[in-house]
Amino acid sequence: MIEFKNLSLTYPNGTQGLKNINIKINKGEFVVIVGLSGAGKSTFIRSINRLVTPTAGELHVEGEDILQYKGRDLRELRKKIGMIFQSYNLVHRSTVLKNVIAGRLGYTSTLRSIFNMYPTEDIELAYENLKRVNIENKLYSRADELSGGQQQRVSIARVLTQQPNVILADEPVASLDPPTSHQVMTYLKQINREDNITTIVNLHFIDMAMEYADRIIGMRDGEVVYDGPASKVNEGTFEEIYGRSIREEDMRGGKEDVES
Amino acid sequence: MSNPNEKYVPKSLYPTKTKLTITLALVGIIGFYLISSIQTESFIVNFFLKIGNVTELVGRFFPPDWSYAQQVWSKLFETIHMAIISSTIATLISIPFCLLTARNITTNKYLYNTMRFILNIIRTVPDIVLAVVFVGLFGIGVFSGIIALIIFAIGILVKLMSETIESIDMNPSEAIKASGGNTLQIIWYAVVPQVLPQFISFGLYVFEVNIRASVVLGLVGAGGVGQLINTQINFLNYPAVMTIVIIIFVVVVIIDYISSKLREGLV
Repeated sequence: MIEFKNLSLTYPNGTQGLKNINIKINKGEFVVIVGLSGAGKSTFIRSINRLVTPTAGELHVEGEDILQYKGRDLRELRKKIGMIFQSYNLVHRSTVLKNVIAGRLGYTSTLRSIFNMYPTEDIELAYENLKRVNIENKLYSRADELSGGQQQRVSIARVLTQQPNVILADEPVASLDPPTSHQVMTYLKQINREDNITTIVNLHFIDMAMEYADRIIGMRDGEVVYDGPASKVNEGTFEEIYGRSIREEDMRGGKEDVES
Repeated sequence: MSNPNEKYVPKSLYPTKTKLTITLALVGIIGFYLISSIQTESFIVNFFLKIGNVTELVGRFFPPDWSYAQQVWSKLFETIHMAIISSTIATLISIPFCLLTARNITTNKYLYNTMRFILNIIRTVPDIVLAVVFVGLFGIGVFSGIIALIIFAIGILVKLMSETIESIDMNPSEAIKASGGNTLQIIWYAVVPQVLPQFISFGLYVFEVNIRASVVLGLVGAGGVGQLINTQINFLNYPAVMTIVIIIFVVVVIIDYISSKLREGLV
């Protein structure tokens, strides 16, 4: 369980990234955070694994306030929280397998990781996860030889190899075309169901949010302006969250291409 | 007062102020040139006045004394050995310093600025001065030359490498950090793969530079083929000097060619 208690974050330049957030996210939920760019979605998600550090309030992950964490505690926290990025963040010159095994770094001593001395189970786990996202045939390809959708699947395999309790995804489909976007979201949803991993996804596409989320949190100017089950939202809700009428660019579309 | 009926025609293509600045700058440069020439008593016309001396001296270098070549090889290999040893050691030593002088890896400003400062000081010392100092400390010979070359090469390598590291894509590092990796793991998994080809390339480049530098260092007694040139010039044995120069030229060109081909293949 993740709990935000009066959480605020002010950046050094004075911008308020988060304003007094109070939210509880339960184990196994698939939460989509929507909002325009600059609404604080990224700051929200990055607070959970402390890539940014909130400046006031409390943030509990599995019952412990993580804001004071440093060094080893922080690495232990991050080990259990996987993260997927908009630009995939793979190491381009390394192979797919090397990128995926990087998910085990939190579990591996520095010396072993430098000499690539991973236990067989770890390599097996990495390979199984590549199979789960159907990219095992690219095992030894260099990451930059892959298409965007393939790279994002490799990054999902990397996250799975961490065996996380929580997956954070920061705009995972913003750089992909509509059919590939649906494919990636389908994998995330499937993993969320099968492994009961709490999944928090930032999106700005309304149709995708409604389709995949159990619960939608709407943000504007660093504040939570909507929180409710996905079944209860409609376009009107989004107009409230965005503070403007819905445009074509707020829709991803392309669902039909995947099903056909 | 100007007559309002008179038509105004600009006198020049440039504003008066620009003209004045340029004129003053020109006068200044010519002034400094003349002062320098008078003070050092060296006027460029001497080159043409003394061209007779030059041709006469050049004549004494020819024909090269090829029988001397046999004595050159051992010293030439000494130079190459010096370059190999110093480049290898410098490359290894420079690794931590490259990381410490890269702003995106060393986020501690105090440490970063201190390291930058130290490396800048090292780089301002010319290689020949380093050689003179180490010959003074360790005596005439190869060892002093090697130490001088190592320090000289570290200065170059750290500068080139830290700038390469600063230009890498930091997104993969963020991903490794987010998965619980420690600093060394971030460097090894996200930084090293991105900079390794350049790093090897710079290592080879430093090897080339060290070959050329070690020739010069020999002149102050720091070992290698340069020492031979120094001796033969003192004996006024110019045909032998010419032989050495030609051999060095050929070897340096070959090594530069191989090394630049290798580097092309890397990046």
